[in-house]
Amino acid sequence: MVDYEVIVVGAGPAGLIAGSDLAKAGIKTLILDKKQEIGCPKRCAEGLSMNWFKRLNLEVKPSFCIQPMHGAQLYSPNGKSIMFKKEECQGYVLERKTMEKELAIQAVKNGAKLLMKNQVIGATRLNESEIKLEIRENDEIKYYTCNIVIACDAVDSLTSKMLGLNTKLDLREIDAGYQYEMTGITGYDENLLHLYFGIEVAPRGYIWIFPKRDGTANVGIGIGGYISSETKMNAKQYLDRWIASQPGLKDGSIIEVNAGTIPVGGFLEAMQFDNLLVAGDAGHMVDPVHGGGIGIAMEGGRIAAKHAIKAIKEKKYSKTDLEGYTKEWYETRGNELKKRLTARHLLEELKDDDFNYLAESISMDEALKIGNNSLSGLEKTILFTKKLITRPGLITLLMKYMK
Amino acid sequence: MAAKNNPNKCLYCGGCVGVCPVQAITLNDTKIVIDKNKCINCGACVKICSVSAMELE
Repeated sequence: MVDYEVIVVGAGPAGLIAGSDLAKAGIKTLILDKKQEIGCPKRCAEGLSMNWFKRLNLEVKPSFCIQPMHGAQLYSPNGKSIMFKKEECQGYVLERKTMEKELAIQAVKNGAKLLMKNQVIGATRLNESEIKLEIRENDEIKYYTCNIVIACDAVDSLTSKMLGLNTKLDLREIDAGYQYEMTGITGYDENLLHLYFGIEVAPRGYIWIFPKRDGTANVGIGIGGYISSETKMNAKQYLDRWIASQPGLKDGSIIEVNAGTIPVGGFLEAMQFDNLLVAGDAGHMVDPVHGGGIGIAMEGGRIAAKHAIKAIKEKKYSKTDLEGYTKEWYETRGNELKKRLTARHLLEELKDDDFNYLAESISMDEALKIGNNSLSGLEKTILFTKKLITRPGLITLLMKYMK
Repeated sequence: MAAKNNPNKCLYCGGCVGVCPVQAITLNDTKIVIDKNKCINCGACVKICSVSAMELE
């Protein structure tokens, strides 16, 4: 007899949704996290689009949906910008700490058990239906057994590695991220997300301002994982230099410092192993273009829970039995993200001149039409083709990626 | 020789743990532990660190 049917390792968005769904289905579930507080430290810019609220059936609560977003403004290196803005709300910037606590409370209401400051330090497969986890809580070592582990333990995912699924990332598939939550800042529209591009600004990435109302915002950067060794500047140095050049930001105060790495690509061939499912950052469930992953992680957690429930009912836990999870995730999300990975590779090759050119050549009127979705697919293609035809370098680049 | 962590700079985000090809790095509470016997001095952790808190010594 196992202690729990499923143990979820990691109480982030993926783990909490998985744990919540499992408990709701009557599965005896334990959620563990090595950190001492849910949602802390945050490693996230905290934007979530309206589509995700609908897809995940997530309620828009004022407690954690603190700033409505109506669109985005993209800035090229020479300061020109393109704005995509709509009347209706496109999503929210969240207070993730509050959101995750609410998800945790819901998981426990559904019947899950949740323990913080419990770190998995060992994992052994005893037999085909039983895994033993070695857990450290402060100085105390304890053991729990379960049928299935769902690893939602972030980009390092040691739990998966302990159980035989290698989730290591290549430096080319990872972004180095650094962020301040700042307050006392001005000079940007709080209803929009602001993204700044350019080789000098953020090589192979971008800088963002995600407003959290009242002169407060997440101001962060993501750069290619191999950049620092080439340019001898780390993510913090890039961000500090840029903030110093922004009149509205340079005198702001910092109320939080966040760092993290973002798995932007390198999707796993298998997201399951014997008695194991992987979801969230641990399974590299991130959009390769913008690096966002809250919604994708929660969806991954939900699909993982569905397949764990099925496995428990059928008492079948082998990697072959659990294959359906990987298959469903790719059909639902992964295949689309793989296509977006190609788009990322294209974006990575754009030079500052290309960004400037695109920003200058797309008029505000055209940008609004794109933003409002008032152009058909054909009209968009014609518009972009017209822009590209006068810049042969971009066409060559585009051809390379249009297979 | 092995990787070394500078606790004054480190923000304990776990990025180095994720890129280590030999699982020589672990993050315990707020402490980065590097297993010198496992470390192969590849420098992946040095490259990925957002705040240059890792170095090879």
